Amino acid sequence: MGELELRNLTKVFGGGGGDESGDDDGDGIVAVSDLSIEMADGEFLVLVGPSGCGKSTTLRCIAGLEHTTDGRISLDGRDITDLKPKERDMAMVFQNYALYPHMTVRKNIGYGLSITTDLSSSEVDDRVEEIAELLEIPELLDKKPKELSGGQQQRVALGRAIVREPEVFLMDEPLSNLDAKLRTQMRTEIQQLQADLGTSTVYVTHDQTEAMTMGDRIAILDGGELQQVGTPLECYHEPANAFVAGFIGSPSMNFLPVEFTGDELRHKAFSYDLSADLQEHLRNAPRELTLGIRPEHIEIAEDGARNVVHAPIEVIEPMGELSYLHLTIGGTTYTASIDGDRHHQVGEAVDVLFPEAKIHLFARDGGEAVKNSRDAAAPATDESATVATD
Amino acid sequence: MAERSRDASGAGIASGLESRLRRYRDLRLTEEELATLLLMPVLLFLGVVSFYPIVDTVWASLQDGYIIGTSAEFVGPENYEALFDDGRFWNALGVSFIYTFVSVPIELGIGLGLALLLNRKFHGKYLAQAAILFPWALPTVINAEIWSWLFHGQFGVINDMLVRVGLLETAYPILAKPDIALAAMISVTIWKTSSFMALILLAGLTGIPEHLYEAARMDGASNWRQLRDITLPLLKPTILVALIFRTLPAIQAFGLPYGLTNGGPAEATTTIVLFTHSITFNNLEFGVGSASATAITVIGLALSLFYVATLYEPEVR
Repeated sequence: MGELELRNLTKVFGGGGGDESGDDDGDGIVAVSDLSIEMADGEFLVLVGPSGCGKSTTLRCIAGLEHTTDGRISLDGRDITDLKPKERDMAMVFQNYALYPHMTVRKNIGYGLSITTDLSSSEVDDRVEEIAELLEIPELLDKKPKELSGGQQQRVALGRAIVREPEVFLMDEPLSNLDAKLRTQMRTEIQQLQADLGTSTVYVTHDQTEAMTMGDRIAILDGGELQQVGTPLECYHEPANAFVAGFIGSPSMNFLPVEFTGDELRHKAFSYDLSADLQEHLRNAPRELTLGIRPEHIEIAEDGARNVVHAPIEVIEPMGELSYLHLTIGGTTYTASIDGDRHHQVGEAVDVLFPEAKIHLFARDGGEAVKNSRDAAAPATDESATVATD
Repeated sequence: MAERSRDASGAGIASGLESRLRRYRDLRLTEEELATLLLMPVLLFLGVVSFYPIVDTVWASLQDGYIIGTSAEFVGPENYEALFDDGRFWNALGVSFIYTFVSVPIELGIGLGLALLLNRKFHGKYLAQAAILFPWALPTVINAEIWSWLFHGQFGVINDMLVRVGLLETAYPILAKPDIALAAMISVTIWKTSSFMALILLAGLTGIPEHLYEAARMDGASNWRQLRDITLPLLKPTILVALIFRTLPAIQAFGLPYGLTNGGPAEATTTIVLFTHSITFNNLEFGVGSASATAITVIGLALSLFYVATLYEPEVR
């Protein structure tokens, strides 16, 4: 079993620590604030967020490498908040692998087993060889870390975590030191390994692609606070706020400041007529809104279409299957992702559509979502959406 | 006009540089040849101040000469035979070995302990690091003078304290007793140089990445295990340097025995260098003195090679 629960976890660095509410008492830096997450046994949870969001600190608190300032951590109902790392039955894979440079791969993998169990050295050796077979590195067992490539070191680090059969794997940006191709390959391998072993895993990354592709659920953090926990597609289609919307998805969502007048959204370069359903949905919405539209949801309007935004192309980035158009709307540049076979010229103006079913709306103040692309109340088609340039 | 001349001079400098670069390139030196060339000045310097005196000493040890440059006569191994027949040489060698192999391991132990403490996070850490260097910063002769007064039989603070706490009935002339004078001298050198050991080891400790300790903690290693399995193996290269840096000066100890006891009582603290000095400059036996100096060089070299052979691991880190 590996049911992990974080309850009101707070970590304050420096100063006198956090108070009961987890608020900053002004004395220190709040790295994690009042974080509560529950994890099912065998789940792959990804903690994702920009640098300094508190994701690594959270992981280190779970590992026991940092003392928590406030809140509780429990594993299978057992409070482990104040236990030492070795008493928590967890194994960690570090960003820079943290392999012992003076030990062979065999010793690196077997070290934990040899000092914490009653296994004889031949039994430890058997376990190490078993793991080496699983990770396809038996030929590396008698080498030292500096003789290995980054990818091989990564496997050894994984082996060291796996061999102890812990309840929980903790992984701190384990792929960030690998080149792009190897990263993609190891991503799949870690997922397969985790699925085969069925061990609960908390995985920290700043890379939203890793988060989207690897996690059963992802927890998005910003400024030490939890922004949203959900499946990757929930976070993509139903972001809780503008931060999540901007962080998840690549290229990032476009944000356009608009004013909600009751029946339309008014931007300085266009006005956007709303369908009756959406007007009803937004009845209590604030006046100042941010319209969010993902690049892949922007469509090129056919000739003669009514619902268009007229936008000159500033830059074209051909990616092969797709092309990214950087469009200027109201003096700001936005990105649209279009079919790579379409031909456009820099400087040419195109008519684009923001399908109503695909738009997101966020309160300008606070950033919380008032309409998402998957909202039940939002119309399924974009027939009634009208975009007209001023 | 001025513009043109400036351009011309600029072009001149550029072409001058280029031609100089071309000349270097035309030398077509391999990396090893270039390295040798660049090392030549320092090798030349070492040759003059180090290798030449060594060779000259060896040469002098094979001659019979009371004063160098006069009545020099090649006598072969005679001086060595005289040296090895001299009981004072073996006594001095014994004193130097005891002095070295008792003090250096204790200094290493204390130095490691201090370094481990100084490597922890605490308020006033940098002040403590500076303060700990104080005994080492004291010149040896002054240090010897201070301790000779501290150990003094009549006026010494140490005697006074031992009497006051009841450990001694009356003052004890520590440095005048052959059986404990060497122990006193060893304790002085430990006091003086443990901090130097700590400083070298601290430099090594700060180079061990913190994440290795975190990995070891995750693996279930206790503090003792971390010291045994992570710190000490990774500190080996630094320990090697520290041991060489402390063993050679200890084998060559002169200032402390000279200042503290002048080799007495009854030659109980006469180290090999003090003996060599005495036979050379007091007895003016330059041939035997040179033989003794050569023996010290060989012993120092042998000890260094032993350390390197047992501790050197090029692949660590």
